[in-house]
Amino acid sequence: MRETHQLALVAGNIDLAEKPVRDEIATVFEQVLGHPVQITDDTDIVEDLGLDSLGVMNFVMAIEDFYDISIPLDRIAQVQTVGDLIHAVEQLRSGANS
Amino acid sequence: MTILAKHASYKLAYDALRKHGVDPFNVRFDSVLSPTEGMLDGRRTILLGTNNYLGLTFDPDCIAKAVEATRRQGTGTTGSRIANGSYDGHLLLEQRLAEFYGRAHAMVFSTGYQANLGVLSTLVGRGDHLMLDADSHASIYDGSRLGGAEVIRFRHNSADDLYKRLRRLSGSPGERLIVVEGIYSMLGDTAPLKEIAAVKRETGAYLLVDEAHSLGVLGATGRGLAEAAGVEEDVDFIVGTFSKSLGSVGGFCVSNSPDFDIMRVVCRPYMFTASLPPGVIASTLEALHKLETQPVLRANLMRNAARLHDGLGALGFTTGPHANPIVAVVMPDQEIAVTFWKMLLESGLYLNLALPPATPSNAPLLRTSVSAAHTPKQIDTALDLFAQVGRELGFLSSDRRRAGGVI
Repeated sequence: MRETHQLALVAGNIDLAEKPVRDEIATVFEQVLGHPVQITDDTDIVEDLGLDSLGVMNFVMAIEDFYDISIPLDRIAQVQTVGDLIHAVEQLRSGANS
Repeated sequence: MTILAKHASYKLAYDALRKHGVDPFNVRFDSVLSPTEGMLDGRRTILLGTNNYLGLTFDPDCIAKAVEATRRQGTGTTGSRIANGSYDGHLLLEQRLAEFYGRAHAMVFSTGYQANLGVLSTLVGRGDHLMLDADSHASIYDGSRLGGAEVIRFRHNSADDLYKRLRRLSGSPGERLIVVEGIYSMLGDTAPLKEIAAVKRETGAYLLVDEAHSLGVLGATGRGLAEAAGVEEDVDFIVGTFSKSLGSVGGFCVSNSPDFDIMRVVCRPYMFTASLPPGVIASTLEALHKLETQPVLRANLMRNAARLHDGLGALGFTTGPHANPIVAVVMPDQEIAVTFWKMLLESGLYLNLALPPATPSNAPLLRTSVSAAHTPKQIDTALDLFAQVGRELGFLSSDRRRAGGVI
């Protein structure tokens, strides 16, 4: 069990491992918004992408479907940037796998 | 900068709205004349947005009971039931509610809002999972934050999405509580309760139904959606309010849960607020009696609802999916919605202007609620006014799709 955790930690520290999630999130954004978007970890989901509260909800639900996870409301409240979202998705996915 | 400066964006939006010369969230009636009429700026106005489903607010028997109880027991209890004790009326109302629903237990709260706050925060806590329909009422969202349970939102009225999310939780500890509403307050649509009950059974979750808008409205005897859908056995907790079909104020929860009464010493929104005054309890008891013994009220209500829903549809307006007592008309944008609302008000028709984010989509709504006390003539007058204003604003005859098409 401990070994599995250590492996997960190592994988989490490799920078490359985070990039696919950002790309996947960009793809989901494009599906929800209907046009291509440029995002970085610092992109503010509400301010920079112009989503209202309903748009955020639809986007979050699309992300949840994509990764087959549920992001609890208190976690959604902590997400402001794409980087926050990547962090939340990764935490929930690793939690689901442990 | 003041301490309230954090709400500046709301202030901007509110100020913009008031530039139309109206304040839809601060309408001041000169007086209210009956369940269906009030005076506004000296005009006789039809009330078509006050959730007075059975029209009992002016019922002579309900008023007489309230007066008698007030004379006998005073205007208020001046405190909570744990501090000041219960009056006979509190206990009688709980007993009568339990009998009406055929359940072992009932608990009365001082408002419907507090009933949701109290019940949700007490049933689930840290380590538990609360599954909320995305279109849940504010009291459900607020209650969900009070108890510390993990809150997961599922797509509105989607039993499949609910199931998917419960499946994702499999293996994690803690209870699961599903919360849905009998009739959703904005569009008047009902939950697919048969399907949701099946999900509940399969996943071992508990099910709570908020029947605030469906008590006295749905079901053969008025017990709400759970009765109408034939799944009362699957519903573990029913929450409701006295402030709509029963014409007073207050909330309640009924259940067969054997240890239900522990709530009386752990449920803070029940414990730390003043209990309902004797007059309110007395009129509520009488209104419940009317609800049970006068099914004609429900028949009249549904007749009026169908008349309004079908009439608006025939005029070319886009409404919610069901002919329930809440009929919402979808507006194309805020500008038209506010103007439409204001013109109706100035013509003597009061209803609710509902704006995003309080609405389930980005479309503003003109939200009406019908009463058993409306006469067919009042409904027809309302329809005439809708047609007249719709034509004046030029979006009825020219292009019907402009009236909505979002839903």
